[in-house]
Amino acid sequence: MPFVMPKDTYAGKVNTLTFGSEDKAVTIGGENGLPFLSFESIIPNRPLIALEIQDVAPSDWPDTVRTVYDGVSDSPAKWARFCQDSLGAKIVALRLTGTHPDRENRSAEDAVKTVTEVLSAIDVPLMILGSGHTEKDAQVLKAAAEAAKGRECILGKAQEENYKTIVTAAIANNHKLIAMSQLDVNLAKQLNILITQMGFNKDNIIMDPMSSALGYGIEYTYSVMERIRQAALVQNDPMMQTPLLCDIGPNVWKTKESAAPESELPEWGSLEERGIVWESVTASTMIMAGCNLLVMRHPKAIEAVNKLVSELI
Amino acid sequence: MALSGVEIFKHLPKTNCKKCGYPTCLAFAMKLAALQESTDKCPDLSEEAKKFLGAAAEPPIKGITLGPKGVKVGEETVLFRHEKKFVNPCPIALNIKDTEGADAITKHIADVNSSEIDRVGQMLRVDLICVTDESGDAARFAAVVKQVADGAPNAGLILNSSRPASIEAAIGHCADKKPLVYGANAENLDAMVKIAKEKKVALGIFAKGLDALSDLSEKVKGMGVTDIVLDSGARTAKEMVEEYTMIRRAALKKSFKPLGFPVISFVGRDDSTFEAVVASIGIMKYASIIVVNSIEKWKTLALLTLRQNIYTDPQVPMQVEQKIYKIGDANENSPLLVTTNFSLTYFIVRGEIENSKVPCWLAIMNVEGLSVLTAWAAGKFVAGSIANFIKDSEAPKLVAKKELILPGYVSVLSGSLEDKLGDGWKVVVGPREANQLPAFLKGRA
Repeated sequence: MPFVMPKDTYAGKVNTLTFGSEDKAVTIGGENGLPFLSFESIIPNRPLIALEIQDVAPSDWPDTVRTVYDGVSDSPAKWARFCQDSLGAKIVALRLTGTHPDRENRSAEDAVKTVTEVLSAIDVPLMILGSGHTEKDAQVLKAAAEAAKGRECILGKAQEENYKTIVTAAIANNHKLIAMSQLDVNLAKQLNILITQMGFNKDNIIMDPMSSALGYGIEYTYSVMERIRQAALVQNDPMMQTPLLCDIGPNVWKTKESAAPESELPEWGSLEERGIVWESVTASTMIMAGCNLLVMRHPKAIEAVNKLVSELI
Repeated sequence: MALSGVEIFKHLPKTNCKKCGYPTCLAFAMKLAALQESTDKCPDLSEEAKKFLGAAAEPPIKGITLGPKGVKVGEETVLFRHEKKFVNPCPIALNIKDTEGADAITKHIADVNSSEIDRVGQMLRVDLICVTDESGDAARFAAVVKQVADGAPNAGLILNSSRPASIEAAIGHCADKKPLVYGANAENLDAMVKIAKEKKVALGIFAKGLDALSDLSEKVKGMGVTDIVLDSGARTAKEMVEEYTMIRRAALKKSFKPLGFPVISFVGRDDSTFEAVVASIGIMKYASIIVVNSIEKWKTLALLTLRQNIYTDPQVPMQVEQKIYKIGDANENSPLLVTTNFSLTYFIVRGEIENSKVPCWLAIMNVEGLSVLTAWAAGKFVAGSIANFIKDSEAPKLVAKKELILPGYVSVLSGSLEDKLGDGWKVVVGPREANQLPAFLKGRA
């Protein structure tokens, strides 16, 4: 009985999204098949990784990742330049953590200042992420979007509670948009529909299905993403064809596995390598589920994942 | 591929003789299709029909049991875990070369023996050891196999050599422990098949590419070996994803028997973190056995955790243990919160409490893994049951102030819960969403 290659064909294709300005602009998406099956599909763009920086010092990050940025993390501009020039980041993701009312409660004006400084420090594309407080993010991201006009950033995250303000700001200032929903295929589609109904071009959306860390519900994210990809490619659903974002840093680096010392848990082995492998394997899992863009923290984890992607393509 | 009742019916005698115990051949066919009956019940079935129906009844991917503890591999039924549970978690095997020194080998054995971890109540470990014949010296290979078999009595063994003489020399030390002989290739086929048949052990077969592998598999099966493990030579992540996907698709979607066997994956790399990342691809994408070069504890923890996550039943919510969890340096003055044992609920609530930096006691109640609202609607997370859980738990001893914080979504329960708790307990309605917990807890501190 001869072997016949069991190829599948796909009706749909993931949207292509380009962001950033001039020769440093980057492109994600465009694949017309499930992840990394080059015998039956075309993968024009590899998944990319953005390095996360913050508007405030990362005092709540575990030592093993915080100390990597000692000497630069006191200034977002220095930190961003370090990522671009020393770590070779193709994208920088600025999280405005300090604007959260439970944190430093920095104002929208403070955020504008930070965004402006960071933008003048780097020429690679910038992602501007709010603190996750939906109400505050609406104010902060609106102001940040204006400050970043002309740089075609990715702005986020727009959620069901605050998408209207953020979408308007993204349209007015020509930015791309992250649409985040709570780990559910239908909610993800619903939010994409709501956003496009406001006149926002669906090709400029990137979908965040809500990431989770290895060992902390990652199988839910994995399966939701696989189902979103099948809806996009097999069922050719245009509202599911936006590229996928996985913002894994905050989840990974608050797990016990990334922070508990070996002296406390000898059966878990070296803390430094444990944190790195936790972020690396979380990322590889998301990539196999169809992720196009990752936001990560540890340079060694990023190196391992980039090496993996090179081997997969 | 499962046959329908009508397809099976075509192969039955159609005499309605009732000897099988059913009124008609069609009724019997329906029972066969539902896997509730066996073809043995029909005495008049032709040899041809028996063969056809027997083959159709076999699982599309053969199940094989390895090692003294009986680790099962194969028998997978789907390509995507949201369709149905991935069945048999892929064992991790540590590769040991017979050229390594005795001390190094002793350390490897100790590492495997102490590899067990407890993850959400499941005990997970490195189940297999792969002894690789690097020396080309049969006596040396056999001696290392013996050392490993004696030193790690609970681990299953993979005898990795393409030299029949080495396998012959070693197999006596472990033949009773269901080892995997890996293996056969186009050159050594006859000798390896002979050993596998004589010793009744599973045989790994290697051929580069799926055409050659399919041919080899058919040959080996034709020679009478039924327990086969496949290696298509995939070593890069790309080859793994593509070839293992094709193997599983061919077996499940095309009923292609030559590839209907478990797959062994060698992911060995010099860089241990990178090896972990490549191994993770094998876990997600259909490897049945994964052979690694090193098993540092941090790496085993990550890989076994991922395997547990991927092989979780998507239709059964993942649950955490019912108990009072201490978060931070909680003491008798710390707040006490209650929620359900759905793992996502637990992880999210716990994460937000940790974010708040307010030490707390978190009472997790067993409601069979439902979320708060679902459990409430199902009558499992209601005043009476919550009150009994709290009173029977150690919570009353842990907190000085008898105060319980209830999820905002079930605020309607607060009055009746206070009544049922009695004994001076007060119920405080907390926020509806976990992400409001930090503000709520800080506001009370």
